[in-house]
Amino acid sequence: MFDDFFIRALVAGIGIAFVAGPLGCFVVWRRLSYFGDTLAHSALLGVTIAYSLEFNIAVSIFLISSAIALILIQLQKKTNLPSDALLGLLAHSSLAVGLVVIGFLTFIRFDIMGLLFGDILAVNKKDLVTIWVGGALILLVLRLIWKPLFASTVNYELAQAEGLNPDRAKAIFTILLAAIIAISIKLVGVLLITGMLIIPTAMARNLSDNPQKMVIFAIIGGLLSVFIGLFSSLEFNTPSGPSIIAAALVLFIFSLLKVKQTIQLKN
Amino acid sequence: MSIENNILVKLNNVGFQQNQKWLVKGVSLQVEKGKIVTLIGPNGSGKSTTAKIALGLFKNIEGHVEKFTNNIGYVPQKISIDWTLPLRVRDFMFLTDNLTEDVIDEALSLTGVINLKDKSLGNLSGGEFQRVLLARAISKKPDLLVLDEPVQGVDFTGEIALYELIKEISEKLNCGILLISHDLHTVMSATDHVVCLNGHVCCSGSPKEVAKNSEYKALFGEQAAQTLSIYEHKHDHVHTSDGDIKKN
Repeated sequence: MFDDFFIRALVAGIGIAFVAGPLGCFVVWRRLSYFGDTLAHSALLGVTIAYSLEFNIAVSIFLISSAIALILIQLQKKTNLPSDALLGLLAHSSLAVGLVVIGFLTFIRFDIMGLLFGDILAVNKKDLVTIWVGGALILLVLRLIWKPLFASTVNYELAQAEGLNPDRAKAIFTILLAAIIAISIKLVGVLLITGMLIIPTAMARNLSDNPQKMVIFAIIGGLLSVFIGLFSSLEFNTPSGPSIIAAALVLFIFSLLKVKQTIQLKN
Repeated sequence: MSIENNILVKLNNVGFQQNQKWLVKGVSLQVEKGKIVTLIGPNGSGKSTTAKIALGLFKNIEGHVEKFTNNIGYVPQKISIDWTLPLRVRDFMFLTDNLTEDVIDEALSLTGVINLKDKSLGNLSGGEFQRVLLARAISKKPDLLVLDEPVQGVDFTGEIALYELIKEISEKLNCGILLISHDLHTVMSATDHVVCLNGHVCCSGSPKEVAKNSEYKALFGEQAAQTLSIYEHKHDHVHTSDGDIKKN
């Protein structure tokens, strides 16, 4: 069954959607979408390192993204530059360095479009194992830190005062973000991973009145985006990442109708 | 040792500075089981900072804090919930602890907002929101309650009812309460110990002692000393927030 590239891409996408839903909710709630972008852009550097050292791509991306996250936290402490400037600095410089390194590695043939926007043909059986095992681990860890992470998202001081450990939860969450980027880069691509995290989540917010519902709708939105996106990618021969994200956008636009309705009801 | 003395938290000569400015300095106080300690003082006098020091929210403090319990309920002075996070009252009640529905219903009934359980937090009025915050803090039956202006935005009769409730809770749960307030007249009657802050401890003692203190008068004016007369007005019924009338 997994011999068909399309089935592999579909199975990969389903796995990613299950993880992206809950993580994406926290990215939106904690206002981390630009932070996610920065980690994702640095993933390109991880890919080049993996290729040049003949190292596992997912592990390499995971390590580089985590390192960038640590550097960011240090920079935030040591400079007076505002966070958004620091994020931009790291996002674009790591993307630039990654592309420059690719330029030097002339002996390896890169599919740059595939790296940036995802490639439906690129997913092999080993990637499926990485996505599903890695994804299950990410969800398990998220389940374990849910209480302190969620409570500190609502109010940091309240969580800390009542004996939860928000700083540890935040650090672990950052690592989880690096991990989902590592497992989803092949299908969605460096430039669009954050879209996979936040667009189905934004749609879910329009349809939900409580956090659990929002997580479930975000997963459903992600699954639908993957299905619609991959089928149209196959049909119209478009890159997989943009097709998935465009499908997510259409779903988001539909969800706005629901918001409009509730606003009218209130009036 | 301190468990026998019923001490829950003890601040020894603590201080905290931010951007080279001391927000508060040289504060010593302790909260015991079943006792209400009230912090009063003008804006910027370091009341919230002192409460946060007691809760262990700051890392670089001067002096030291001894805490003898980890079962703490906290009502922060300000809490804002982002629109992106859909949160109903019931979700908020489960925030830091795994409680049962019954326990949560009981707490919400005590503060008179059980009818709001399925409402979205973003749609509550200021007073309703404070009642929910208080309900959440007491629902876990804490040893120590830290309440930072818990009745802000609550209407006048509700304010008195909530202060009475706070006193009731301290007796029923035998928990210690660190209360921050500037409603002098209602708060003082329910308080065991008052600490008057203005960057440092101006004076402290029982409400009556503090009222006579000259530094207190200098801070709050002569009138404030007179408003300390204990609130003894009694109703034979109460109005719950959903419009019902309950006989006492």
